[in-house]
Amino acid sequence: MSATVPLACKPGDYKSDTKPIWCPGCGDYHVLLSITRAFAALNLPPEQLAVVSGIGCSSRIPAYTSCYGFHGVHGRSLAVGAGLKVARPDMTVVVASGDGDGYSIGGNHFMHACRRNVDLTYIVMDNHIYGMTKGQPSPTTEPDFDTALSPGGTGLRPFNPLVIALASGANFIARAFSGHVNETAKIIVEAVHHPGFSFVEILSPCVTYRPDQRAWKDCVRSAPVEPTDDAARAARRLMTDDGFNLGVLYRGDRWPYQPRAAATVTDLAEFEKGFEI
Amino acid sequence: MSGPVDAVKVSSPAELYALAYEIETDAVERYKLLADQMQAHNNSELNRIFLDLARAEGIHAAEIQRMAGERGLDAQRAPIGAWRTESPEAVDLAAAHYLLTPVEALQMALAGEERALAFYTGLAAEATDPAVKKLLKEFVAEETEHVELCHRLIRRYSTGSEHPEDLDPPWAVD
Ligand SMILES: Cc1ncc(C[n+]2csc(CCOP(=O)(O)OP(=O)(O)O)c2C)c(N)n1
Ligand code: SF4
Ligand SMILES: [Mg+2]
Repeated sequence: MSATVPLACKPGDYKSDTKPIWCPGCGDYHVLLSITRAFAALNLPPEQLAVVSGIGCSSRIPAYTSCYGFHGVHGRSLAVGAGLKVARPDMTVVVASGDGDGYSIGGNHFMHACRRNVDLTYIVMDNHIYGMTKGQPSPTTEPDFDTALSPGGTGLRPFNPLVIALASGANFIARAFSGHVNETAKIIVEAVHHPGFSFVEILSPCVTYRPDQRAWKDCVRSAPVEPTDDAARAARRLMTDDGFNLGVLYRGDRWPYQPRAAATVTDLAEFEKGFEI
Repeated sequence: MSGPVDAVKVSSPAELYALAYEIETDAVERYKLLADQMQAHNNSELNRIFLDLARAEGIHAAEIQRMAGERGLDAQRAPIGAWRTESPEAVDLAAAHYLLTPVEALQMALAGEERALAFYTGLAAEATDPAVKKLLKEFVAEETEHVELCHRLIRRYSTGSEHPEDLDPPWAVD
C-alpha cells in the first residue's frame, strides 16, 4: 500500500454530468479515468485546473471534466493552452490532443511549444489514426496500414513524437498506455509537477478503425531503464525503442518560459506610439 | 483486466478496509462508465445490467465503509488508489464494443469477480493477524456470491445472445 495522504477531492469531483459518447471499448475512457484520478491526487479544486483541447474524439475530453475547459480549433490546442498559462500562471493547464490534432495540423505548434517550454502538461491520445473522421491515416500510422482510404498504406515513415519533442526542447517526456489507468494517472501527476513543458504520449486504442490495437495490451511493457536527465542518452533510447516502452523517459532541467513583466499602460497615446511605422 | 496487479500485504483491519474500499469503488466507477456507454448506444438492457452490477459493488463499498468508519478509511487511503498498478477486480473497459451481448458483458464482469476472489483467497491464506484473516474470509464469501451471481445471470441470458446485425457499420466508407 502507498503512503497515507488524507484525500480532500475524489476522482468523481472532476467528472462533469456530460456522458462520454466514445465508442464502447475506446481507450479514451481509460484516459478519462486516469486524468480524473490524477487531478484528485493533485488535490487541486476544479476551478484551478483547465483542460484545453483541439478537435477529434480524444479532444472531447474537456467536456467530460468539471474543470475549466476549452474545446478549441483543430490543431490549435497548444496555442490556446500556452496563452492561458502565460495569462494565468496560477492555473494548472493540461492540454489534450490526438495524433491528428497534435502531430499533423498542429505539428508546428507542437515543436514550438516544446521549444518555448511554457509550464503546462500536454497529453496526446495516440491511436495512429483520425478516429473522428472515420479512419484516415495520421502521422503516426504505420506505412503499410491498408484501408479503403489509404489503399496499400501511405508508404510514409511514421513521425516519432517523442524524438521530436526531445529535439525541440520538451522538458519531460513520458509514454503511457491507456489500459494501465493508475500507472498513467501517476505519470500525469509527475508531468504536472515537473516544471516546463511536459509531454505525455498515451497509446489509446481506437477499437473501431484500428481493431488491431486491441493487441497493444500485450505489447506494452515498462521501460527497462530508469528515466534520464541526459538528453543525448534519452535521444539514443527514444530513437531505438519500438514504441511500446512505458514510463517517464526523460526529465530535463530547463527553466520554464517566463513572460516578460507586462508594461503597465497608463497613457493610450504613448502605447500607440510603440506601433508607429 | 487491462493492467498488471500488485502483490500486496495487509497487516491490519484498517488497511484491509481501505484496500477493499478502493477495489469496490473502482468497480463501481467502471460499471457506471459501461452503463453510460450502453445508454449512449440505446442499449437499455445492457445499461440496466451494468447499473445493477454497479449497485451491487456500491452496496459492498458502503458496507466496508460502515464497518471501517469514515476515519478508518481516510487514514489509509492513498491519492491514486492503493494501487501502483490496477485493482484485481478491474473490468477491462477495452473489452467492450458497441454490439456487446448480455453474455459477453457478464463474462467481462465474471472475469473481474474471479480475479477478486483469487486475490482475497490468496491474502486470506497468507494472513497471520486473526482479525485480518477473519475479515478476509468474509470477503472471500462475498466474492464467491458475486461469482455465482454472474454464472446465474450468464445462464439466464445464454439463449438468443447472438450479435445484432449492423447494416451500416461505422467503418463502412460512405
Ligand atoms: C481545420 C479543420 N480541418 C479538418 C477537420 C476535420 N477533422 C476533425 S477531427 C480530425 C482528425 C482527428 O484525429 P485525432 O486528432 O487523431 O483524433 P482522434 O479522433 O483519433 O482521437 C480532422 C481531420 C477539422 N475539424 N478542422
Ligand atoms: S472512432 Fe476510435 S477514437 Fe473515436 S471514439 Fe470510436 S474508438 Fe474512440
Ligand atoms: Mg487519432
